[in-house]
Amino acid sequence: MTMVEEPVTAAPSATGTEEPLHRRLGVTDDELDAIRARLGGRDPNDLELAMFSVMWSEHCSYKSSRPLLRTLPMGSAADGVVAGPGENAGVIAIGDGLAVAFKIESHNHPSAVEPTQGAATGVGGILRDIFTMGARPIAVLDALRFGDPADARTRHLVEGVVKGVGGYGNCVGVPTVGGELVFDPSYQGNPLVNVMAIGLLEIDDLTLAAAPGAGNLVVLFGSTTGRDGIGGASVLASATFQDQDESKRPSVQVGDPFAEKLLIEASLELIRGGLVAGLQDLGAGGITCATSETADRAGTGMRIELGAIPRREPGMEPFEVMISESQERMLAVVEPARWDAVRAVCERWGLPVAVIGTVTDDGDVTVVDDTGVELARVPAAALTSDAIVHQRVAAPPVRRRAAPAPGAPATASDGLPERGMDPGAVLTALLGSANLASRRPVFEQYDSTVQANTVEGPGHGAAIVRIKGTTKALVAATDANQAVGALDPWLGAALSVAEATRNVSITGARPLGVTNCLNYGDPTRPEAFWQLSEGVRGLAEACRALGLPVTGGNVSLYNESPTGAIAPTPEIGVVGLLEDVGTRVGPGFRSAGDRVLLVGSATPGLAGSAYAALAGLAVEDGPPSLDLDRERRVQAFVREAAARGLLASAQDVSGGGLAVALAECALWADRDRGLGADLRVAVASSPAVDLFGESPSRLVVSATPRHVPALVLLARQHGLPIEELGEVSARPDDGTPARLVIELHGSGATGAAEDRGSRVADALIVSLDELRHAWEGGLARALGWEMR
Amino acid sequence: MSVRIGVVLFPGSNRDIDAVNALEVAGAEPVTLWHEDASLDGVAGVLLPGGFAYGDYLRAGVIARFSPVMRAVSAFADDGGPVLGICNGFQVLTEAHLLPGALLRNRGLRFVSREVEIAAERTDTPFTHLLGARRPLRMPVAHGEGAYFADDAELDALEANGQVLFRYVRSDGTAAGGEEDRANPNGSLRAIAGVMNAAGNVAGLMPHPETAVEAVLGSDDGLGIIASFVASAAERERSGSPATVRSAVGAR
Repeated sequence: MTMVEEPVTAAPSATGTEEPLHRRLGVTDDELDAIRARLGGRDPNDLELAMFSVMWSEHCSYKSSRPLLRTLPMGSAADGVVAGPGENAGVIAIGDGLAVAFKIESHNHPSAVEPTQGAATGVGGILRDIFTMGARPIAVLDALRFGDPADARTRHLVEGVVKGVGGYGNCVGVPTVGGELVFDPSYQGNPLVNVMAIGLLEIDDLTLAAAPGAGNLVVLFGSTTGRDGIGGASVLASATFQDQDESKRPSVQVGDPFAEKLLIEASLELIRGGLVAGLQDLGAGGITCATSETADRAGTGMRIELGAIPRREPGMEPFEVMISESQERMLAVVEPARWDAVRAVCERWGLPVAVIGTVTDDGDVTVVDDTGVELARVPAAALTSDAIVHQRVAAPPVRRRAAPAPGAPATASDGLPERGMDPGAVLTALLGSANLASRRPVFEQYDSTVQANTVEGPGHGAAIVRIKGTTKALVAATDANQAVGALDPWLGAALSVAEATRNVSITGARPLGVTNCLNYGDPTRPEAFWQLSEGVRGLAEACRALGLPVTGGNVSLYNESPTGAIAPTPEIGVVGLLEDVGTRVGPGFRSAGDRVLLVGSATPGLAGSAYAALAGLAVEDGPPSLDLDRERRVQAFVREAAARGLLASAQDVSGGGLAVALAECALWADRDRGLGADLRVAVASSPAVDLFGESPSRLVVSATPRHVPALVLLARQHGLPIEELGEVSARPDDGTPARLVIELHGSGATGAAEDRGSRVADALIVSLDELRHAWEGGLARALGWEMR
Repeated sequence: MSVRIGVVLFPGSNRDIDAVNALEVAGAEPVTLWHEDASLDGVAGVLLPGGFAYGDYLRAGVIARFSPVMRAVSAFADDGGPVLGICNGFQVLTEAHLLPGALLRNRGLRFVSREVEIAAERTDTPFTHLLGARRPLRMPVAHGEGAYFADDAELDALEANGQVLFRYVRSDGTAAGGEEDRANPNGSLRAIAGVMNAAGNVAGLMPHPETAVEAVLGSDDGLGIIASFVASAAERERSGSPATVRSAVGAR
């Protein structure tokens, strides 16, 4: 695919000595031939070509990824799936006549050009996908990835993106309850902004984005149409990104959360009133996309009267009107008899509303001017379901290597902690590192409590949102393991699914389904396409092994910049159901004297770990392996243990390994109680692997002593190793702060502590205050923020 | 027959969901009042919820004050009716000069969303009389313009008249400091979180008691404020006398 170097702001009629129009619109020569074939052999006119250029963009057509996505498990009614891939959002029934709608989407390239508006419109777009289905948005999670936090441009991007996500979500009144913030050098020139939204609906209100019934009216309501976001899909989302490419700024849309809030209320009122036969939000591809997709889904056509579309500015070219990505607009299909009622609702909410055309039965999207002259006639299917598909070439790289971690020494140094090294110092450094430190400085800028349903907001693993009027709650998490993905894209994707679902399961909730945002490089590069296909394979296998449907998502390709391609980043969003919110289990220790147990066992391999990044370790030993069947059993075990009330706390072992997981259990305990822990860990291979290795499918749980036998039995029943590590300790009477003490024993202990005069072979001994200081201040320090 | 409390709905209000839930938990009957309605539909009390009325693009609350419903709210307040403004509702009440002072951009100029602790300065008012013993109340704040401001003379007068209703406090219950103190989330002068008018029937605060009314949400410390407000509205409806500090005492 030709790289588009300039925004499509010149009228297509402008010709000259330069490249032919189709190439300037990002349409390749062979694609132009395919367009002719779909038009009965004739050439498209300029307007038609512009419509094809946005609809056949990677962003709208999935022309490189569609064959791969077909391999994903889509689930069925048996899984409660009410709406799956192809709809605006996945919908899964949760009983009581209710359903949850959820989806994750990227806004990477716009955010790289204009971070605040790019991120804000990303939130707006995914929210529209949710309420278009008839669901009220109840939660947002944002998964953000940037380059080196010490870099000035990175800091500018972080500040802007956080402002954009917060500013939009706060104003529109949807709580931002979780997400991720990850720094990795591979994102230096190409940050990732993935936003997941969750909505709640009564199944009877489920509304599909189709345009049934020839003769029905096509109604556009919400903001007027302007020149903003011309060709956003084709220009930004579908070409490799040139650093600092200011010329593309006109392609970034501008968001108005206030208009979005009105749009939400008006849309839900229209749906509950049964006033619309179909509803579709306007996003990438604007009116062209909304009309052709809704018509194609219903097997109908549409006749659009260009002059009837409310404009924001005069003198707009027809193609500008048809592909504009002006935000906060909705397209409704309305029976003529209901038009007056629809107009009344929109006007009550102060939203411009107009009939812009009618549904036809000829299967074409037709655009006519005021005098009825046809400006364009294209088969709806040719723009959507029958769009071109490219069979890309996949080839593994000759040599795989992990990206060096931020701040890592150029040459590999000794793996800590070796003899003489204090593992407590390593743990403190890890907790204070940019990727593991508390995210509070960021999530305190997001309204996480509006709507009065937030049970667990950001900062403590999975988010929990209660469902008013029931005992139930929804539990959500996002995860992506790009560090391992850079070494093995299959494993990185499978681990991402395992970790996201595990984070939901440890609360006691049953994962319902998976949405995904596949962030990869240029699919025309065989290595990048190999990473994508391996990632999809890992995603599919992990979801099948865990029995979870993939209900939708999006694909973001061409995530490359002059500094190179991003690490493969399959962002996984999971929603789970907690039948009784009263039985939820948190990650923090509860009371002194509780026993602490480790479920699962470590396998060697430090590659891709936070520890390896910190130590700058050579990673030739590869990442730890993943046993998907064990992962399934671990999650089944923790859900059953939670349901039976056996657990005081449950935390999974992930970034930073066992030591960080244990520290978080103590840090996330009720601060006033000042709890610590006295533990013993058997070292099989090396202290680094057992303390800081990130081999998956492991849990740290705590329980009152009387529940320990039942837990041990339950673990055995699930065929899982379980080991008692010690107990939760109280703050010492002498007033000194609580401590985390991990004595190392077994063949792999180094004896370093003995050198320091300890009675044990080796030990990690550190005060909670010290850990808390490192953990709470780490992110602000990394970003150079002043926080109070 | 539970007392009917109006929840004013401006375009852009979003904590109306929280307000309606809190009023129901407190046993009242929430009645939505549309911003274009000039009538209050005979409600016994009015709650102005949080959000971003009309988008707040110019300054929080500055446009909302001119809406038809606000003229009705002003008349209702002048007549002694109990009015509670929360967050954006507080901003609207100060813009409408129904409450003294102003809310400025937060210290640090960032939106702040976190749990804070506040304490009622007095428990003999229509908004606090059911709070009981003085103790820190935990509830969330979520705002970008919440720094309470008034000039020193006005602040002294407010203190003297007992119009300072809530202050941000530290966990030990002592009043939070200003600039440097994290317990004061937005840099409010004298750590003021909420005030009331001289008559004692109109109050506003930046924190969200209406979001902290159920233990499952992390705190139900806010329920006492909502319940006091509802009880005072019911009391006034019964007696016909204005909701004032006196009637609040009487309601005990």
